[in-house]
Amino acid sequence: MQANLGHAFFSGLITFILSFPLLGLNLVTGGTSIEIQGAEPETFFYIAAAVGIVFFYQLFRDKLSNLTSAIPRPNFDSGYQSLSQAKKNKVNSWGSALLVMAALIWPFMVSRGSIDLATLVLIYVMLGLGLNIVVGLAGLLDLGYVAFYAVGAYSYALLSLYFGVSFWVALPIAGIMAALFGFLLGFPVLRLRGDYLAIVTLGFGEIIRIFLLNTTSLTGGPNGIGSIDKPTLFGMEFGRRVKEEGNTLFHEVMGISYDSTYKVIFLYILALLLVLFTIFVIRRLVRMPVGRAWEALREDEIACRSLGLNRTAIKLSAFTIGAAFAGFAGCFFAARQGFISPESFTFIESAIILAIVVLGGMGSQAGVILAAIAMTVLPELAREFQEYRMLMFGLMMVLMMVWRPQGLLPSKRPHMELINE
Amino acid sequence: MSNDTILQVQDLMMQFGGLIAVNGVSLKVDEGEIVSIIGPNGAGKTTVFNCLSGFYQPTSGTVEFMNEAIQALPDFKISLKGMVRTFQHVRLFENMTVIENLLVAQHRHVNTNLLAGLFKTSGYKEAEEQAMHRAKYWLDKVGLTEFANREAGNLAYGQQRRLEIARCMVTEPKLLLLDEPAAGLNPKETKDLDNLIVSLKEDYHVSVLLIEHDMNLVMGISDNIYVINQGTPLASGSPEQIKNNPEVIKAYLGEV
Repeated sequence: MQANLGHAFFSGLITFILSFPLLGLNLVTGGTSIEIQGAEPETFFYIAAAVGIVFFYQLFRDKLSNLTSAIPRPNFDSGYQSLSQAKKNKVNSWGSALLVMAALIWPFMVSRGSIDLATLVLIYVMLGLGLNIVVGLAGLLDLGYVAFYAVGAYSYALLSLYFGVSFWVALPIAGIMAALFGFLLGFPVLRLRGDYLAIVTLGFGEIIRIFLLNTTSLTGGPNGIGSIDKPTLFGMEFGRRVKEEGNTLFHEVMGISYDSTYKVIFLYILALLLVLFTIFVIRRLVRMPVGRAWEALREDEIACRSLGLNRTAIKLSAFTIGAAFAGFAGCFFAARQGFISPESFTFIESAIILAIVVLGGMGSQAGVILAAIAMTVLPELAREFQEYRMLMFGLMMVLMMVWRPQGLLPSKRPHMELINE
Repeated sequence: MSNDTILQVQDLMMQFGGLIAVNGVSLKVDEGEIVSIIGPNGAGKTTVFNCLSGFYQPTSGTVEFMNEAIQALPDFKISLKGMVRTFQHVRLFENMTVIENLLVAQHRHVNTNLLAGLFKTSGYKEAEEQAMHRAKYWLDKVGLTEFANREAGNLAYGQQRRLEIARCMVTEPKLLLLDEPAAGLNPKETKDLDNLIVSLKEDYHVSVLLIEHDMNLVMGISDNIYVINQGTPLASGSPEQIKNNPEVIKAYLGEV
């Protein structure tokens, strides 16, 4: 405790220095001049309490951590680990089938708002899974992932605006465009490593956003692009009236009365299908030679080179494929919102997607899905605490990193096994 | 046995700023030969390896591999041409299983077409099966079959050394560069390594260029030995000649 005293005193002092001028002093405009006034006595009480808490926490830190370590940590996989591989596979495939079924039936039983939120979650799942290829599997820290999301969204918005291209045609184009941007960016920057790569990708993300913001004549700049066509189902629209010549209306074809919920459910199912497609492709990829090469490259680049693996090509493939999924997600996002502007593609989005990957457990698909749900749903649930939302969000992240630094469901990569006949 | 030259190095020089690490080294490896490079610590042996395998760009000099100049090629291309190396410190993919280590090494043999893999075409499956087969064969050869599904980082040191050689061999190289393969091995393991290297030469017709400090091993299996001291060639010849060369003895033991 003696040893902690100096540290605790210092921490308390820092807390005071930080909080007193910010909270304890107010600037008040009195006529033409600005005066400094002390805050309410209540505020000073809070500041004193905060300083006290920090001081005593630091003082008794060791004892407290002994106490908390006695609390049992949540254990997510009890029982399951002891199963044999064949049984695990069975449990896994039945489990996923059930989950997909539930995800399909679920929207018919809940409110419109919930479905809308779930669709948003699915977009983040897709983005998380895509970034997971780059960060989790190939080990390349990309802080500008949102740029490819923006490229996908604007691809569809612009194609729809200027050429009247439909969602279904634009979807693959958006993916290809994003992949192309990933390729072009990746070519020069993948020689860089770690921190340098992170900074360059961060810059790239900003360049794309600012470019979209400033080419007002093409993209509408900060005003964005509005009234983007919604996706159709085999030429059936989900609106009240037909917007485009030649299309029919879903509720008329089905012979049911109009309900705006149908559109929301349709978008949800569409997102779900896109996510399932993403999961399927990535599951295959990690078992393919290129997946193995990503992993190997993350582990030891020099050994890879000595074995004849072209590191630029392999990193580039991860970057390109990851970008393509962001492109798909962006295209869907544009179609769902019907309106996009550069404001949707700020750095904070990149940070959230990266947080999803890290929280979920690098390289783990199930973890990413879980984390995407947590990161999207929790802030919504905490809507009443409006002002403290970001605070709670941050607190959650800190607690997560203390308790489970490896993520919610750390990656259990499918190892190739030698089966002896 | 044919006596075609597989590797011909002439006047190799490697300069790092003011330091000349390798100066005027020439050497030759014939097909099916085991050639060793020896020399005191810091003599520049590993630098020679790094130049040959493309990890360094030699300052001057030529490296001809199978009658083709390769000194300006990037490392992975040299590896693809059939010159594969190991490292002084084992470099395995530690978190991957033993069998996966061997599968990654066969990247050149398998079908890396993305669409073929996504749709699991028959050509893709066949290539994967062959890779698995080759991996299994070499695991058996180096006696690691029972550890196939274990993480490579959990193997004992001697086993890791053997796995590294197996990982080179699944690439089906023509010339194997081994950088101190016996370092840290016990006498029995060294003996096994000795047998393995001879077997690579006799059964698989792989030429071997070896850096090693274990003189029993070197003298026992080498067809030809080059001695390097302070970056410059000191002597070359058969094991007998080297053993009796006063210059070599002086370099190793100092003035007597």
